[in-house]
Amino acid sequence: MTASAPGTRTLNPARLTRIGAVLAIGVVTPLLFPAYQSQATELLLFIVFALAWDLVGGQMGYTSFGNVLFVGVGMYVAAIVQVGLYYDVGLYNEAKGGGTQFVFDTSQFLIGLGLGLIAAAVAAGLTAFLLGPLVLGIRGHYFAICTLGLGIAAGQLAAGIPWIGGGSGMLTPNPPASLGDVGLLLYYLALSLALACTATFAWLLSTRFGLVLNAIRDDEDKAEAMGLPTRRAKIAAWVIAAAFLGVAGALYGNQVRFIDPTETAFAGATIGVWMILMALLGGKGTLLGPIVGAILFQITKELFWTYLLGWQRVALGVLIIVVAVFFPEGIVGYARARSRRSEETP
Amino acid sequence: MSALLELTHVTKRFGGVVANDAISLSVPEGAIVGLIGPNGSGKTTLFNAITGAFPIDHGSVRFRRREISKLLTKHIAREGLIRTYQQPRIYGRMTVQANMLASPSLREASFISVFGRDTPAQRAQAVELLDFVGLADKRGEDAGDLSFGQQKLLELAMALMNEPKMLLLDEPTAGINPVLIESLLDRLRAANKERGLTLLIIEHNMPVIMGLAEHIYCLAHGRLLAGGSPEAVRADPKVVDAYLGAA
Repeated sequence: MTASAPGTRTLNPARLTRIGAVLAIGVVTPLLFPAYQSQATELLLFIVFALAWDLVGGQMGYTSFGNVLFVGVGMYVAAIVQVGLYYDVGLYNEAKGGGTQFVFDTSQFLIGLGLGLIAAAVAAGLTAFLLGPLVLGIRGHYFAICTLGLGIAAGQLAAGIPWIGGGSGMLTPNPPASLGDVGLLLYYLALSLALACTATFAWLLSTRFGLVLNAIRDDEDKAEAMGLPTRRAKIAAWVIAAAFLGVAGALYGNQVRFIDPTETAFAGATIGVWMILMALLGGKGTLLGPIVGAILFQITKELFWTYLLGWQRVALGVLIIVVAVFFPEGIVGYARARSRRSEETP
Repeated sequence: MSALLELTHVTKRFGGVVANDAISLSVPEGAIVGLIGPNGSGKTTLFNAITGAFPIDHGSVRFRRREISKLLTKHIAREGLIRTYQQPRIYGRMTVQANMLASPSLREASFISVFGRDTPAQRAQAVELLDFVGLADKRGEDAGDLSFGQQKLLELAMALMNEPKMLLLDEPTAGINPVLIESLLDRLRAANKERGLTLLIIEHNMPVIMGLAEHIYCLAHGRLLAGGSPEAVRADPKVVDAYLGAA
């Protein structure tokens, strides 16, 4: 056998070319198709959502329905930092961010956004670190139900805190006119995040950590009987996924500009389900799967919402059924199984 | 030779059923010890008790003179006590190679070391062990696609990859191709001699265990019935009654 063992990744010319091509497409897309800039930003954030879900749900086999918890925490914490650095958050939300009183100049906005993104990563990661030991001891369906509850509870909790706008939500800071097109800035931040997430996960999965996660997925009791550090690995995976979800949430909040506690921040019925659907559509437990899934999902979603308005959720439901029945391993999983079969029968 | 594993009055109850009743036995360092007994006599329960899967009700389990009956399974494993299962347990959706690379012990290392890659030495060892159990050409296949016997061999290779001080084997030859059994036994003897690996083996195949073990314990109805050299145990009328002579 001449093929290198799985897990070895080298930067060969073909791979560098591919990375270069992806980078180039990413950089020029908003310049070539400015009309689709916000959809492209959303797609990049969806890629991060799907990848982060898959690290725990696919690679580790812990199906979480509550990842919106980290999205929402990141979204709120970033907005609070962005506003709180310069104004009283309570007064800002009381005035619904309006009036001439709450103005952010260019440096205020940019510093706030930068620190807000960092704070989002830290807060979401910390939330996962504190909840991890409690929640990750639960397995299978019980874990899924528990996380579902966490996501819903967080939304209700946020809606009950007047300081962050309560049920009527919170606006992210108004970008100053001098900054030009903030959408373009958000796009490139989302692009950087998606690339960082992909690179980080590719590295993680090439180390022994990836093997430990897969071992936990396949037989956690066996992994324990072999002395693998299952508990720490589970918490580490959850914290890493949560940190990326938090930053993605922070960017998503600034993109939509309005944070509704249950519809945007802790949106279990939309984003929470979508991130799972994207990973399943592309193929869970693979690095490429969630990315492919997110791209296909975003395209179909935009088409459904444009051409099937009123029936878009029905169409999405049909899509879920088709994936579950015909592509249970996702598109990437299906393609791999096919290529393996054709190898075996020449 | 001092005792590597020492059980004193180990008792495990499931409701009213006493699966292990005050069992005391010891396994000297570097020994190969057999554990026999009819079906349902409590052999696998004893393995579960030793490895912390079922916390025991009474008694003590000492490994390398340290009490381990209160430790968690993974901590016992990190002490260097590894088991295999009657129904092989492998990581089904990982390749055979990945199963091996996931198995080296982390007992010397800190958690941070899981963010490193497997070393060339570990890869070479994986290949060498797979070669021995005859699975080298299956390296790229999903472990879940292997036959029962192959999965058992893989599980044994994984256990050896972990480099334990002591290995508990639950019916290692059950479901294995008879042609392979002899070489499997040779490998176990070699691991015992060359690496000083201590073995405690549950086995139903009498010629195998009589030829392999230097000391045999026999369980029946959760009690320790007899213990001694293979010849002595074979000749013990209680053992013959309970087990060997049972029609």
